[in-house]
Amino acid sequence: MEIKVVHQIMEWNEDCSDKIKKDLREKKVCLVNVMGSPGAGKTSVITSIIERLSDRFKIGVIEGDIAGKIDAEKIQSLGIPVVQLNTDGACHIEAMAIDNMLPDFDLDALDVIFVENIGNLVCPAEFNIGEDFRVALLSVPEGDDKAAKYPLMFSTTDALVINKYDMVDYFDFDTDRVVKDATDRNPSVKIFKVSNKTGDGLDEFLDWLGKRIEDKISA
Amino acid sequence: MHELSVTQSILNIALESAEKAGAEKINKITIAAGEMTGYVPKYVQEYFNIVSRGTIAEGAELEFKKIPASALCRSCGKETPLTDYRFICARCGGSDLKLTHGREFLVDSIDVD
Ligand SMILES: Nc1nc2c(ncn2[C@@H]2O[C@H](COP(=O)(O)OP(=O)(O)O)[C@@H](O)[C@H]2O)c(=O)[nH]1
Ligand SMILES: [Mg+2]
Ligand SMILES: [Zn+2]
Ligand SMILES: [Zn+2]
Repeated sequence: MEIKVVHQIMEWNEDCSDKIKKDLREKKVCLVNVMGSPGAGKTSVITSIIERLSDRFKIGVIEGDIAGKIDAEKIQSLGIPVVQLNTDGACHIEAMAIDNMLPDFDLDALDVIFVENIGNLVCPAEFNIGEDFRVALLSVPEGDDKAAKYPLMFSTTDALVINKYDMVDYFDFDTDRVVKDATDRNPSVKIFKVSNKTGDGLDEFLDWLGKRIEDKISA
Repeated sequence: MHELSVTQSILNIALESAEKAGAEKINKITIAAGEMTGYVPKYVQEYFNIVSRGTIAEGAELEFKKIPASALCRSCGKETPLTDYRFICARCGGSDLKLTHGREFLVDSIDVD
């Protein structure tokens, strides 16, 4: 006998993601999901964001990257509340993990939380974690074919930061190709060419980021 | 692998529906999966064989029905297929599209005794 079911498989994660959104809206806290390969520069860029936007926003960080506590300690040394997720062996963060972490923050004292997702271009894109928007990083040494090879990541992100742009001449990196592959899949994506090392391009990205956070917390 | 949490969810949904129907055994679970969801059916089946042990779904076959990606084009007003995740209308070349199919991921039906 066949029984019709029609039940969303991801419902458990979606429900939890919606709950986080609602909780954070009440507290006027913005959540940003930062994704990209290991080594793309997620921690470095979050560090720059902290250095450059801390006078405007009260910032917190959730560190999901697996490599011990190195990243969390780096961020803590900047005087920012940071929680390390224990994601031993996990390949992505789920909404439930974020929901469990939020009580560790004083949400009344925060404007924005950045989540450094696990270094992986594949499955983090499948899981909403209650974020208001997504930032994906692709660094020049990873190659210019990644937006085509990992389409979901690049089709669901709000901003694409092409990081390590100081290396662009060393890697035969065809920026136009990345821009085309990303915008074909995601016509509204904002693309920024950034060198977190020299600071080139950071202003444009931080302008956009600051506006998005502002929009959210003043809404 | 993230297929594990997804597989657990599939099992829970199937068991719940079977229980409601008073079924004794689940033979098959049919999953509707959009082309733009990234699950590997082989892994899901392998995890399923493990997590379903000792339940009425033990031994059940998972069938994946693939749903092609398509979108509604706001420029020409027509439905267009999407290739390779590209948001480009196959009819008029427009890129102002609203996704209609391709991201589905659901337990569509179960076959039970
Ligand atoms: N040349 C160059 N190196 C960078 C840049 N941004 C980050 N890095 C380096 O890339 C390495 C990995 O960065 P990290 O922030 O730890 O990456 P994560 O794994 O994504 O968090 C570190 O050695 C950084 O110093 C950049 O813009 N240019
Ligand atoms: Mg890191
Ligand atoms: Zn995963
Ligand atoms: Zn059209």
